[in-house]
Amino acid sequence: MASIDTDARSRAGRRPNRLFKNMNAKLASLPMMFTALVVFLGGTIWTITYSFTSSGLLPRLEWAGLEQYARLWSSRKWLVSIENLAIYGFLSLILTLVIAFILAALLDRKIRGEDTFRTIFLYPFALSFIVTGLVWQWILNPQFGVQDVVRDLGWTNFNFDPLNNPEIVLYGLLIAGLWQGTGLIMCIMLAGLRGIDEDIWKATRVDGIGTVKTYLVVIIPMMRPVFVTSLVLIGSGIVKLYDLVVAQTSGGPGISSEVPAKYVMTSMFGGQNLGQGFAASTMMMLSVIIILIPWAYLEFGGRKRG
Amino acid sequence: MKLTTKLLAATAICGAGAASATELEVMHWWTSGGEANAVSKFAEAWNAAGNTWVDGAIAGGGDTARPIMVSRIIGGDPPAAFQFNHGRQAEELVEAGMILDITDVSEQEGWADIITPSSLLDSCTYDGRVFCVPVNIHSWQWMWLSNGAYEAAGVDVPTTWTEYVETADAVREAGIVPLAMGGQSWQQNGSFGVMALALAGQDAWLAVNQDKDSEVVMGPEYTRVFEAFGAARELSDGLNVQDWNQATAAVINDTAAAQIMGDWAQGEFALAGEVAGEDYSCLPGLGEVALLDTGGDAFFFPVTGDPEIEAAQKELAALMLSPEVQVSFNSAKGSLPVRPDVDLTTVNECTQKGLDLLAEGSTVPSGNQLLSPDTTTQLNDLMTEFWESPSMTPAEVQEQYAAIIADAD
Repeated sequence: MASIDTDARSRAGRRPNRLFKNMNAKLASLPMMFTALVVFLGGTIWTITYSFTSSGLLPRLEWAGLEQYARLWSSRKWLVSIENLAIYGFLSLILTLVIAFILAALLDRKIRGEDTFRTIFLYPFALSFIVTGLVWQWILNPQFGVQDVVRDLGWTNFNFDPLNNPEIVLYGLLIAGLWQGTGLIMCIMLAGLRGIDEDIWKATRVDGIGTVKTYLVVIIPMMRPVFVTSLVLIGSGIVKLYDLVVAQTSGGPGISSEVPAKYVMTSMFGGQNLGQGFAASTMMMLSVIIILIPWAYLEFGGRKRG
Repeated sequence: MKLTTKLLAATAICGAGAASATELEVMHWWTSGGEANAVSKFAEAWNAAGNTWVDGAIAGGGDTARPIMVSRIIGGDPPAAFQFNHGRQAEELVEAGMILDITDVSEQEGWADIITPSSLLDSCTYDGRVFCVPVNIHSWQWMWLSNGAYEAAGVDVPTTWTEYVETADAVREAGIVPLAMGGQSWQQNGSFGVMALALAGQDAWLAVNQDKDSEVVMGPEYTRVFEAFGAARELSDGLNVQDWNQATAAVINDTAAAQIMGDWAQGEFALAGEVAGEDYSCLPGLGEVALLDTGGDAFFFPVTGDPEIEAAQKELAALMLSPEVQVSFNSAKGSLPVRPDVDLTTVNECTQKGLDLLAEGSTVPSGNQLLSPDTTTQLNDLMTEFWESPSMTPAEVQEQYAAIIADAD
């Protein structure tokens, strides 16, 4: 690396072409750039193109105009899916951040057995969503799970059966999702908290600011990059929510816990209607772009110039 | 006849010549105990002929297995044979020229004469050419009743749907759930199809499913069906199960009185050691209109371009329909054979009822044969939404059902 650096410096006077700067790094990232272009961009364009066709089991270029989209938006199941994802996403985002931060802050208070607790909290993340879904299906099952245990303890009228109640089935999913996801976010937050300089704490103590207030007013603003990372991780987890639903409720009861990703899979492979699945996935991507682009612009674009 | 025999021998020799080097990979989704046993009958017969059967079982049912098979086929690495339900699922693969034309085998073997009902061969036929081998018949139109549950309720086991609904209150008072229904959408939509055929009659049912006539859906016959389905929804309150075999288990251990489910449910009764007529009763066509649909499984053979494999594929196609294999396979699977000139080894009261109906020709095409998978998925979604949301009225679901039928291709 040193030789390249001196090379670059010696040529600096001749205003080298910017394209050839850091040649090694650029060469090394070529495969990834190629993958990104062909697989991601190419795949996306292909999907969008075919979403305007009447492709069934096999992709066929028979134009159908906006027919697939019209059907998509008149489908009750799609509307329910979106509503579910919005509710799940909102609650999951807030609760994951809050719970993970509280857990991280508690661990950060130099308690005894921190390693043990950290492992326990992180462990669920090592499971696949399918396992998590099945485990929570059993835990929430009224005949063997929580309801049965509480009834055996004496509260015979206790009712807790979220997975069979269309009104609250989403919260059953949410519990499982949080159980699995908070551990990782907690670890990231903990790392962020460890990165805060001890002197900050000393300074706040000198100023007589309480612990909770220090966290809220001083520490959290300092942990902005950590929160951004967490946000991206949680967000991508929410959008691709699929396996948990399949394992835990398979969309039921009725269609009350359907999610967009499941709609895509069912119409593509169950219904042998690729066009409909592509239209749905295009809409999913569009919504992600609408949220992501302005935010990414504000977060990354603005700072570079500033 | 002589010519046929000669041709047969010729095929067999060709096949045997090729066989020493031919391995055929067969993909299917039969993984439960009874199903795997049934597949092994095919494999044994195939291996006995000097070939090698490479088993490509995919767990997780048809919805999981079909995409894997399709991606193998369009990805240029097709298996030698694969299972689909007979009907419209493989339509597009055939149109794309990816499936081997086995019309010659069909003519040699005289399938047109032996396959009963003939609609089975029809649904393997596209533009006059044959592309698949139907291997068994499963029908949906059955209601399974627990004799023990009716004894506990102190009423006779009903013989019609009308009687069943009348006795439902007595059953409920005995603390038994009148109707067992699993939570998966195909079960709810399937049960509705059974009720529609039984309560609206064959003509109305065919008008809707075959001719896609949405006006019949709004007509008086179907109105009655939707109302009965709405009433059935209340009869199932109190039992929350997902899988069909859990619902069957509820009937077996008398916590539920009845279940509407296809004849594959009988395998569960047999496994639990129950005897037809003593421990459980069966009502084909809900005891109203005794008609059976003829769904089931069929094997397709992808085009490989290798003449050796092609000969072996055709040999396998002929083998699957040979009398011995039909008997051993269907006895293990619990399904009915596609040729009437063979005798199953074990036949109980309910299977006999089914065989009699087939012999009389009281059959209709199955939903898979008439409706595209796309339409079926839409109907599944609609019926499951209705079943799980008590606020949705039969009139609402009727209108949406009509809209889906009007759009169906």
